[in-house]
Amino acid sequence: MEPVVVAKNLTKSYTKGLRALDNVSLTVNQGKVLVVMGPSGSGKSTLIRTFNGLETFDKGELNILGIKVDSTHDEKKIQKIRRRVGMVFQQFNLFPHLSILENITLAPVNVQKRRRAEAEEYGMYLLNQMGIDSHAKKYPSQLSGGEQQRVAIARALALKPELLLFDEPTSALDPERINEVLDAMRRLAEQGMTMVVVTHEIGFAKDVSDQVLFMDSGKVIETSPPNIFFSNARHERSRKFLNQLDKH
Amino acid sequence: MKINQKLFFQLGIVILFFGLIGILINNLTINLIRTGLGINFSWLFKPASFALAEHPLPYSSSDSYAWALFIGWLNSLQVIVSSLLLATFLGILVGFARTGKNSLLGIISAGYITIIRQTPLLLQLMFWYFVGFLGLKDNVLIHIKDIFIISNQGIELSGFKLSSEFSALLLGLSIFTSAYIAEVIRGGILSVPRGQWEAYRSLGLSERKGLISIIIPQALPAIIPGLTSQYLNLAKNSTLAIAVGYSDIYAINDTIINQTGRAIECFLILLTSFLLLNLLISNSMEIINRIIINSRKYN
Ligand SMILES: Nc1ncnc2c1ncn2[C@@H]1O[C@H](COP(=O)(O)OP(=O)(O)O)[C@@H](O)[C@H]1O
Ligand SMILES: [Mg+2]
Repeated sequence: MEPVVVAKNLTKSYTKGLRALDNVSLTVNQGKVLVVMGPSGSGKSTLIRTFNGLETFDKGELNILGIKVDSTHDEKKIQKIRRRVGMVFQQFNLFPHLSILENITLAPVNVQKRRRAEAEEYGMYLLNQMGIDSHAKKYPSQLSGGEQQRVAIARALALKPELLLFDEPTSALDPERINEVLDAMRRLAEQGMTMVVVTHEIGFAKDVSDQVLFMDSGKVIETSPPNIFFSNARHERSRKFLNQLDKH
Repeated sequence: MKINQKLFFQLGIVILFFGLIGILINNLTINLIRTGLGINFSWLFKPASFALAEHPLPYSSSDSYAWALFIGWLNSLQVIVSSLLLATFLGILVGFARTGKNSLLGIISAGYITIIRQTPLLLQLMFWYFVGFLGLKDNVLIHIKDIFIISNQGIELSGFKLSSEFSALLLGLSIFTSAYIAEVIRGGILSVPRGQWEAYRSLGLSERKGLISIIIPQALPAIIPGLTSQYLNLAKNSTLAIAVGYSDIYAINDTIINQTGRAIECFLILLTSFLLLNLLISNSMEIINRIIINSRKYN
């Protein structure tokens, strides 16, 4: 079976001479979970945002679900990718002027042209899965951070994506709210969802991921299975980073 | 120390303000006594005995001053409302071009905004009138099968004629105001967090749908107050009509003052007219604002 994500030598600079991505290559197979770690500013967000075309890149190739994109950033192809890839952000980015259910049905109705009733029924099913169906009629500002992030996951799932991207989904949450989101993500992984997750949650990475990719200064330092990465990381820089994480 | 300075400064402004008002009232009473005129509006019903080039309702020089003023009011309203609509349309176009992805459009619209905002409105009106329309001499600029004609006679759209005075004023006011409206729109759009764009894009929504359903509804609350103040400015700026010889309320008042010497009454009429007009504009905008806020079920 063809891999879901193949990145080859992705390179990008926002400002000349400073590489946000430096020859990044990776593969994510179907049903696998890749956790991306690295210090702040190492290029994690930039990397996963190239996967659905939120960021362009200067060199290299990307193959997402068989759709190949390069530095020309073909809008039509990117649009195709976005219909099949969901994304969850650190700041949730729910639409504040739409109800929870409207947040979820917007894309199915407008992008996939599904009937509203059908989209609402599926939306309610997803909210139920996330344990927040009682909030369907509320607005995002009426929900806690953890609840908002679960809505954001349901919204990303509404298009029945084949790949989910998470950019530090629990970093903006109160500590006691983190687990409800991580649990929802765990269940998705168990159901076989292919995921790329930028996170510093070691417990989640150990339990759920198939591979941990460690980045620094735009470069991939190492890609290892979690049992190796967390007990016996191959690179000095990875070990230093893990030591610092432990102290916090 | 700092608070004391501020207080002192504010006190100074208050004293200056009331001082000025006092001087004005004093001047007014002294003038009224000296001229022996007193305030009197009975002249309003005497024949105006001047002609008006443009009158949306029937008017002849034997009609009263009051009727002439009313015609002037209608003329003002006509040019204000049509400029307001055109300025909004142009402002939205330029505002979006300025914020959009296309860098060429962005540069052009930035240039447009800069040039329009850095030159006086009076100059722009003169330009449109003397260069834009009268400059055409008997030449016709655009002539599309008698449907759309731009010439030194003004603009004609399938039998519907706009005088060159009205056209110049309409263009001048609209283009001038559109540059400010564009900036208001840009500010509103930029007030919406970046994450909102990323969210609709990552859901595969088109740029058009995203703007209409996600960005604009969130930008509107930030746009309406700025838009209101631009509309009020436009209404006040319309008094520059006199420069291109369009018979608005201000120009007609000016003529009447020259004929009758009733400067104080005329200024009172003018003041009331504009107060009413601007109250109308700001109240309409307030209603629109309320509707938007009430339709929002979040905070
Ligand atoms: N929009 C941007 N413009 C300019 N520089 C950026 C932008 N986004 C990120 N960068 C820079 O690119 C590098 C990688 O950033 P990012 O991908 O956000 O890292 P991470 O997610 O690992 O913290 C950083 O040096 C950051 O300052
Ligand atoms: Mg980041």
